[in-house]
Amino acid sequence: MSNFTDVFKAYNWNETRLSIYNKTGDDVLKALSASKRTLEDFKALVSPAAAPYLEQMAQLSQQLTRKRFGNVIQMYVPLYLSNECNNICTYCGFSYDNDMRRRTLSPIEIMQEVAVIKQMGYDHVLLVTGEANQTVHVGYFRKVLGLLRPHFSHISMEVQPLGTEDYAELIGHGLNTVLVYQETYHEDDYRKHHPKGKKSNFRYRLETPDRLGMAGIHKMGLGVLIGLEDWRTDSFFTALHLDYLEKRYWQSRYSLSFPRLRPFSGGLEPKVEMNDRELVQLICAYRIFNEEAELSVSTRESPEFRNNIIRLGVTTMSAGSKTNPGGYSVEPASLEQFEISDERSPEEIAGVIRAQGYEPVWKDWDNCLTN
Amino acid sequence: MLQIADTTFHSRLFTGTGKFSSSAIMEDALLASGSELVTVALKRVDMKNHDTDDILTHLNHPHIRLLPNTSGVRNAREAVFAAQLAREALETNWIKLEIHPDPKYLMPDPLETLKATEELARMGFIVLPYIHADPVLCKRLEDAGTAAVMPLGSPIGSNKGLKTIDFLEIIIDQSRVPVIIDAGIGSPSDAAKAMEIGADAVLVNTAIAVSGKPAQMAAAFKLAVEAGRMAYEARLGMKVSHAVASSPLTSFLDE
Repeated sequence: MSNFTDVFKAYNWNETRLSIYNKTGDDVLKALSASKRTLEDFKALVSPAAAPYLEQMAQLSQQLTRKRFGNVIQMYVPLYLSNECNNICTYCGFSYDNDMRRRTLSPIEIMQEVAVIKQMGYDHVLLVTGEANQTVHVGYFRKVLGLLRPHFSHISMEVQPLGTEDYAELIGHGLNTVLVYQETYHEDDYRKHHPKGKKSNFRYRLETPDRLGMAGIHKMGLGVLIGLEDWRTDSFFTALHLDYLEKRYWQSRYSLSFPRLRPFSGGLEPKVEMNDRELVQLICAYRIFNEEAELSVSTRESPEFRNNIIRLGVTTMSAGSKTNPGGYSVEPASLEQFEISDERSPEEIAGVIRAQGYEPVWKDWDNCLTN
Repeated sequence: MLQIADTTFHSRLFTGTGKFSSSAIMEDALLASGSELVTVALKRVDMKNHDTDDILTHLNHPHIRLLPNTSGVRNAREAVFAAQLAREALETNWIKLEIHPDPKYLMPDPLETLKATEELARMGFIVLPYIHADPVLCKRLEDAGTAAVMPLGSPIGSNKGLKTIDFLEIIIDQSRVPVIIDAGIGSPSDAAKAMEIGADAVLVNTAIAVSGKPAQMAAAFKLAVEAGRMAYEARLGMKVSHAVASSPLTSFLDE
């Protein structure tokens, strides 16, 4: 059966990159005035030629977002379950070759963390792990979903890629959303950053959203880690992937993230720097290209930046996040996956959101809808 | 006065609770609209603690009837389950049936909607299904025991107005149950137009919630709906699209 690899193979990284950099101001204006935007329009919107049109892009992005999503921002929080990992990833604090104490939360510890998260007001939780199939496997996830389901109306997961049947099983146990970031669509570079472990299999990761679609997932999240490769080209491939998935798995919803590489213990310097202006350009480009995708921003970004992008097109935010297993209560001092940049509490962030004329939404799903 | 099932409504403007920038702003707008039927998404409310839920507490007015909706479900089975939970938690057997398996354009699924309507009507629910402007589906839903039909004017949230007007007119002409035009009504003039062609009511959410002044926009919709209804009841004069010829074709008969 065909999948995204077949689409992907028709593209060449360097040619794609060149065609983005060759876009002109005219192409940008055409993209802005089109009633329906194509992938070529997206290239123009992320190209250097779009820089002078940033304010126009932001205005349009705001209007389109308001029309579709209204004046609300969805709130979620990550719950790190484990930092055990058999992969070497050059940019990650949990990398196998990073000498640190490893732990996977037990059911009792998970419930301790849940108590703190519920106290903060959250109803949507994102479960995060490394990839350690000997301990953190489908059976473990099934157990965790059973524990969490009575406490949360929406459960998302960002863990190792799984098979279609495993996904289908977990969906049956209350899993609503899966995030799986490609990190980079540059195949050679991907190999350099993932030299060891199951994650080194580029194709298996690339085809994960197909497996999620076939399993009937409600929502899936895509994205690349910005800093590994040319962000304009990588974002084009993300848009291509989204476009393919939306048409094929038309019953699923989609969200996009645009994490910029953050410092962590023993970490790698970004190969490519993306400044705030460029990140705003990317957020607006995604929105103008796709009016329905959710756009999510985490505590990786600075308080000042987060304050200002609420009105620019994002729909989803986290706050008060810990990126280490046990970080909320069990073992606050354990090693983080990356340093967060915005340390304000959920309550403070909610205040900032309200001050901008938006309503923070804690609950936007209910288990009863997928019974 | 408009009657749906055994309830009469003074206001023909129905409203929704999504997309507002705060619950207080929502409440002001809904009060300004005069609306007596307000739909609320089950996914947004805390059914376990409905007496402290932020949205529900702001809807606590004697003239407002809650219309829970099933937004988010993808098939009849999920819809029926959600309706049952809503009935239990919110103590109402009214349900706005929204089954859109397509989360991008939120197009309603006609087959699953018909199936769910049959089942829910049998179980004693007052069913108001959100559907495409499909005249035959409306008749099938009547046979299934629907309390009203809610055809769309244009894609939901699009503010594009009555793109389906030719089909809406057929539905209104044929219907034995109230016709509520739902989705796509972007401005008070769209609402007035819907009422002028004989709709029994309209449901408006996005156009009020995301306007610069939601309460003022809600009041404008209230007036537009009233004006449109008055015009319908007064019977509009037929439009004449061409001038009457000065030498009529039949003038020779008088010669």
